[in-house]
Amino acid sequence: MRTRTSFLLGSLSAALVAFALTSPRVVAADKVDPAADAKAFQNFFFQKFPNVKHEDFVNGPYSMNDDMKRQWQEKEEFPPYEFALDAGKEMFSTPFKNGKTYADCFPNGGIGIRQNYPYFDTKEGKVVTLELALNRCREANGEAPYSYVKDEMASLTAYMAFTSRGKAMDIKIPDDPRALEAFENGKRYFYTRRGQLNFSCASCHVQSPGERIRAEILAPALGILNAMPIYRSEWSGMGTISRRFMTCNSQTRAVPLEPQADEYRDVEYFLSYVANGLPISGPGARP
Amino acid sequence: MKRSLTLAILLLLSFAPSARAASEADYKAAYAAAEAASKEAAGMRNQWTTTVSTLAAARKAGDGGDFDRAVAASKEAEALAKASVVQATSEKEAWKAMEIR
Amino acid sequence: MASSIRVRATSNGDLTEVQTLIQHPMDTGLVKNSKGELIPAHYIQELKFACNGKDVFVANWGTAISKDPYVKFSFKGARKGDDLKISWTDNKGGSDETTAKIA
Repeated sequence: MRTRTSFLLGSLSAALVAFALTSPRVVAADKVDPAADAKAFQNFFFQKFPNVKHEDFVNGPYSMNDDMKRQWQEKEEFPPYEFALDAGKEMFSTPFKNGKTYADCFPNGGIGIRQNYPYFDTKEGKVVTLELALNRCREANGEAPYSYVKDEMASLTAYMAFTSRGKAMDIKIPDDPRALEAFENGKRYFYTRRGQLNFSCASCHVQSPGERIRAEILAPALGILNAMPIYRSEWSGMGTISRRFMTCNSQTRAVPLEPQADEYRDVEYFLSYVANGLPISGPGARP
Repeated sequence: MKRSLTLAILLLLSFAPSARAASEADYKAAYAAAEAASKEAAGMRNQWTTTVSTLAAARKAGDGGDFDRAVAASKEAEALAKASVVQATSEKEAWKAMEIR
Repeated sequence: MASSIRVRATSNGDLTEVQTLIQHPMDTGLVKNSKGELIPAHYIQELKFACNGKDVFVANWGTAISKDPYVKFSFKGARKGDDLKISWTDNKGGSDETTAKIA
C-alpha cells in the first residue's frame, strides 16, 4: 500500500515537472503596443494598395473601384444623407425640456470633436463612444435615450461628424492597463471568427478589400469608421456604427450583441485608433 | 449462440433508432440537450442565428406533436450550438493567425 | 415647413442639367410595422418639371421608386436665369412644389 502511494506521488511530481517545463510562458514581446499595431495595420494597406492615396481609404469601397467612385462623386452633389444631416443639425441645437442643450455635454460645444471619439474614460474604466456619450447626455438631462441604430442617433452623429469633416482621426490611448486591455480586446474581436459562416471582420476587410461579396465591393478595414454614420442604399436610410456592427454579425449568422456592448465599444476603439491620421469623411453614403 | 443472437439484435436496434417514431419523451430529452448547449454558446457570447432558429423550429414542431421533426431539429440545434462552442474555444488562440503584425 | 424638394439646375451651353432630391417615404404598402400591421402605400404618382411654361420632364411613378428619390436629367431650350418649376402629387392627395432658377 505504501509503495503504491509513493509511486503515485513520484509520478505526480514527475508530471508536474514535465508540465512546468513545457507550459508556455508569457514572453516580453506579448506586451500590448497599440502604436506598433497601428503602424503595421496602416502599412499593410498602404502596401497592398499602393495606388490608393492614404486619405482615400476612408471612402471605403470607392477607394477600391473607379466606376463606383465616379458614381459616388456625382451623388455627393446631392447626397442621400442630406435630410438626416439637416435634421441632426436642428436636433442638436434644440434644447432639452430642462433648457440645456447637447452643447453643454461636450467639449467645444460638441462642434468639431467627433475625431476624438471613442475615448477611454479612466474614471469609469471603459471605452466611451460618441453614441454612448449622446445618450448619456440625454439621460443626464431627463430625456429618454434614443435607439442606437438609426433615426435620431444617426442624424445627431451625422451632424457631429460633418462638423469634423477633414479633421484627422485622433484617438488617444492613455497609459492605463485597462485602456490597453480595451484596445487588445477590440483587436481580438476584430480578428476572431464568428457565426456559422465563420467569418471574422478581417476575413472580409483585411483579406478581401476591393473584392466582391455577392454584389458588393468590400471596403478596406483601414479608416472604415471614418465615414460613419452612413446612408446605405441597402437600408434606404441612415445607420450608425452600432447598426453596422450588429448587421455584420447577423450577416455571418452570429447573433448580434446588444448595442454598445463592451466588445463593440472596444472594437470601435481599436478600429478608430489604427486609423489615426486619416480624415473624418462622415456622414457617408454607401451602396 | 442464443446470447450472441440477442446481442446482435440489440446492436441492430441501437443503430437504427429512427426505425421507430419518436415519442414526446425523446423530444423532451433531445430538446433539453440542445437547449443546454445553446445556453453554453450564449454564455460565451457566441450564439449562431441558425442555432436559435433551429431550436425554435424544434419547439414549434414539438408543440404541434410532430416529435420526429422535433427530435431531428433538436439534434441539429444541439450540433450547431456545440459547433459554435468549439468555434469560440478554438478562436481564443486561432485569431492570432489572422492578425496583421 | 421646409420644402421636400431640393433642386439644382445648371446651364451648360445648350443643355440644362437638373438634379433633384425629394423627401418622400415612398411606402410600397407591402411593409409591416413593428406591430405587424401593413404600412399603407404612400408614393409620388406624378412628378413634373416645367420650364418657361412648358413641361420638360414628367414622371408617372409607382411603388417601385425608392424612398427619398433622386432624379437627374438634362434638357435643351432653356437659358441661365430661366425659372424651373418642380411639382409632385402623391396617392394620398399630398403635393409640393418649388421653383428654382437655372444657374
